[in-house]
Formats: sequence, C-alpha cells, structure tokens
Amino acid sequence: MSEKIKVDQLTKVFFKHKEQVMALKDINFSIEDGEFICILGPSGCGKTTLLRILAGLETPSSGHYDIQAKGQERPLQSMVFQEQGVIPWMTVEENVSLGLRMRHAPRKIIKERTSMYLKKVGLTPYKDLFPKELSGGMKQRVSIARAFANDPEILLMDEPFAALDEQNKFILQEELLSIWEETKKTVIFITHSIDEAILLSDRIFLMTSQPGTIKEEVKIDLPRPRQMKKVRSDPKSADVFLKIWNHLQTEVQESRIKHER
Amino acid sequence: MEELSKAVEVEKRDFKRRQRSNRLKQVLTISSPIFMLLIWEFLSQTAIIDPRFFPPPTTIIETLISMGASGELLEHVKVSLIRIVFGFLLGVIPAITLGLIMGMYSSIRHFFSPLIMALMPIPTLAMLPIILIIFGIGEFSKMVTIAASVFFPVVINTVAGVMNIDKVYADVAKNYGANPKDFFMKIALPGAMPVMMEGVQMGQAIALLTIVAAEMIGANSGIGYVIWMNYKAFLIPEMFVGLILISFFGYLFSLLLRGLQSKLIPWK
Ligand SMILES: Nc1ncnc2c1ncn2[C@@H]1O[C@H](COP(=O)(O)OP(=O)(O)O)[C@@H](O)[C@H]1O
Ligand SMILES: [Mg+2]
Repeated sequence: MSEKIKVDQLTKVFFKHKEQVMALKDINFSIEDGEFICILGPSGCGKTTLLRILAGLETPSSGHYDIQAKGQERPLQSMVFQEQGVIPWMTVEENVSLGLRMRHAPRKIIKERTSMYLKKVGLTPYKDLFPKELSGGMKQRVSIARAFANDPEILLMDEPFAALDEQNKFILQEELLSIWEETKKTVIFITHSIDEAILLSDRIFLMTSQPGTIKEEVKIDLPRPRQMKKVRSDPKSADVFLKIWNHLQTEVQESRIKHER
Repeated sequence: MEELSKAVEVEKRDFKRRQRSNRLKQVLTISSPIFMLLIWEFLSQTAIIDPRFFPPPTTIIETLISMGASGELLEHVKVSLIRIVFGFLLGVIPAITLGLIMGMYSSIRHFFSPLIMALMPIPTLAMLPIILIIFGIGEFSKMVTIAASVFFPVVINTVAGVMNIDKVYADVAKNYGANPKDFFMKIALPGAMPVMMEGVQMGQAIALLTIVAAEMIGANSGIGYVIWMNYKAFLIPEMFVGLILISFFGYLFSLLLRGLQSKLIPWK
C-alpha cells in the first residue's frame, strides 16, 4: 500500500480580536491509500479546522500537508460539510453533479456518474426536487452522492450524520460503508460518536483540545464488510469502546479544569 | 373504528372551515375596491361630495372610453410604457451587475458604498435639471431619470442579497472547484435572487412614481402629462382617467413581477 496523505507538524492559530486560539498544534499523521480514518474528539478541539485545511479552505499557520494524486483529471479532495452544504437553489440532480459541472467534465460523464450515484443513495425518484422538499437524511445523501460523484482522490467528511436521528444515522452509515467498499476511496471522517467511529474506521485518531493535538491512534481490525449489529455484539469492539471512552472522559475533564482556571 | 371515523370527521370539518375562511378572504380582496367605487359613485351622484372635483366613476369610465376611441390616449400610454420599460431596464441591469460585483468583492464594495450612500438620498426629480442638461429633452433623458431612481434600491438589495448568502455555499463552491464565472452565475446570482427581487419590486414602484412626476414637469406626452394638462384645463374626469391608468399599470407590473419572481426563485 502506498501513502496517500501525509501531514507534517501542522499548526493553526486563530486571532479573534486580541485573543489567540491555538486550534491545532503539531499535527502529524500518515494515511495509506484506501484507508477509512475517523477523527474523534470533543467539540472545539479543532476537527473542522483540520479538515478545512486539508480541503484547501483554510491555510495552515505552519507545517505541511501533502495529498498524493494518482491521475491528473481527478480533483484532490471533496468535502461533505458539517452543516447543510446542499445548495438550496439547485435541484438534487444539480447538487450531485456540482463538482463535475464545475470541472466542465464531458456531458456524457456528468450524466452517467450523476445518475449512478443518485441511484446508489436511492434519490433517483427525487432528482428534480429542490432541497427544501427533502428530509435531513435525504439532504445528507445528496451531500454524500455529490462528494463521491466528483471522484476525488480523497473524501473529507465533517460529522455528516451528527444532526440525524438514530434510525437515519444507522441506515446512512451502512449505505456509506457499502459505497466506500465499492470505491475504496481514502476517507477522513470526523465524528464525536464513538460507536460511529468504531463501525466505520480502520484507524481512529483521538484528539485532545486547546490546543488540538492527536493524542492517540486506535486500530480497529474488525472484519469487513461491517454491520452495526455485528459490530455492536463483538466483545472486541466493547473493549475498544471503553478505551476510547476513558480517554475522552479524562480529556473533557481536563479541558473543563483548564477553562475554570 | 368508530374513534377513527370520528377523528376523520373532525378533520374534515376543520378543513371545510379553513376553506370557507379562505374563500371569504378572496371575496374581501375583490370586493373592497368595488365597495369603495360604489360609495364614491353614490356620494358623487348625490352631490355629498362635489362632483366637479370628484366625478362619479361611471362618468370617468365613459370619459376613458371616449378618450380611448380617439386614439390619442393610446399614444400617451404607449409613450409612458416605453419610457418605463426601457428606463427600468437601463437602471436594473447595471444595478444588478454592480450589486453582484460589490457583494462578491469587498474592496469594490468599500469603494462604491460611500458613493451610493451619498447619491441615494437625492430625489431623482431634483436631478432632473442636470439630466436635461446632459441628455437633452428627448426620450432618453426620461429613461435616464427612471433608471437613476430604480438603480439605488436594486443595487442596495443586490449587495444585501449576496452578503446574505450563507458562507457554507461559498465554501462548497470553492471546494468543488468553481471558477469566478461559475461562482458568479451559479452561486452569487441565484443566491442573491430573493433579496434582489425585493429591490426590483421596489424599483418598479419608484419607476412609476418618477415617470409620472417627470412627465408632469418636463414633457408634452405621457400619462403624467395627460393628468397635468387636464388638471390645468379643469377637465377633471379626463384627469381621473390618467390616475386610473397609473393605478392599473402599477398593479399590472407588480403582478407581472410577482409572476417572474416565482419563476426565477422556484426553490424558495
Ligand atoms: N475562523 C475562525 N476564527 C477564529 N477561531 C476559530 C475559527 N474557526 C475555528 N475557531 C476556533 O478554533 C477552535 C476549533 O474549532 P473547530 O475546528 O470548529 O472545532 P471542532 O470542529 O472540533 O468542534 C475553536 O476554539 C474555535 O472557536
Ligand atoms: Mg466541527
């Protein structure tokens, strides 16, 4: 396997009025081609910032990152946004084809790929609707289809299921896994749900807050393809859950003490 | 089972009640102008209000018909409409373009904002002498007058419309590789459309005000001229015909724009 993403001593400082926030400090990691990585940490620890840097929406204060490109044609990355990133004035179909249209891909390819991913996420019957007519879960399906249809080198997902109810979340998690199994894209997926991280990832990076650093890395070697039911009942996953839980507990407490001072 | 049919019954009654109340509202909307006209007719016929100044609506309609028959009125209406339509476009198109650019680029916004803020409070009619000096007394100067009055509400609303676009959509466009032209056409323009169209509606109303006033001051044709000349000649029913025409076209334009709005913003 080859290295796909390399992050080296990445640091990001924000200035807000006179205050400064060290959002990320000395982040280092390396991700192999085709890996599914979850980044798990308490809110405010810099997860979104890290992803936005990799997405080219924010520049690092210091340090480097590198994403290996295989083909020339492909975009480096596509992001699934935490908030509603589905554009309200575009239909479902137009949203899904957004990246391809912006790249001015051949019309035939746009059509093919768009209808393929519309089908994969079950939105073909709704392709002409505007997002206002969709439920939260359907909107996130649009976001995911849009990212995959763009066929990027890597996928960046920022808590895409955080706002969904449990039922929808389970369904979408499994749908995401099945699309990912087919495409074998490299994915960085941000979450604050331990269950979600265990279900999805090959490795989990645990983050600490203020300043945001990666404190630990947990390998998840449960067999694939995975299903929530199987993962839940696997005793190994229960151990992992506890380990991560303990880590996050101490993290949250520490940061609370830091803030009270 | 009985419970269910009872529930359905309740809902049905509620639905019918809502339907009835909607119908009542529609009737009220249509009947209020008719009601007013009837009162006017009555007061004027019975000379409770002076029919020399407030001729009864039936007389006004008769006047309208006889004026229309001569063909001269149609000429005035045509002149005004051409001025309004071209003046409107002459103001709206640059306003939207500048507004979008100002909304997208903060340096351009900061450059133009004070100019717009300083020019906006000047009533266009106060500018009429300058416009006449620059553009002469021909048709074009009337269109410029309308354009100038339409420009400000549209440009301001367009800027506000672009600023109002959620930042996440700009991030999405950037992340998915939109070039400046695509960003302009696919994000800024449609995203700003709802607020922008509010400005266009406002501009339409102002355009009508402006043209009538301008035609009253410095023209020898148009609906405003018809009103003013007939007033000076004390031909009051003829003057009212002009007023009614303005009211009619104002209403028509706002209906047309509202139709256009729902075509342009199907996603709202
Ligand atoms: N644009 C910004 N300007 C100033 N501070 C920011 C900005 N973006 C994020 N931050 C700060 O950086 C820290 C990390 O934020 P974020 O990356 O959104 O965390 P997370 O996604 O893990 O919840 C927070 O303290 C936040 O207030
Ligand atoms: Mg976040």
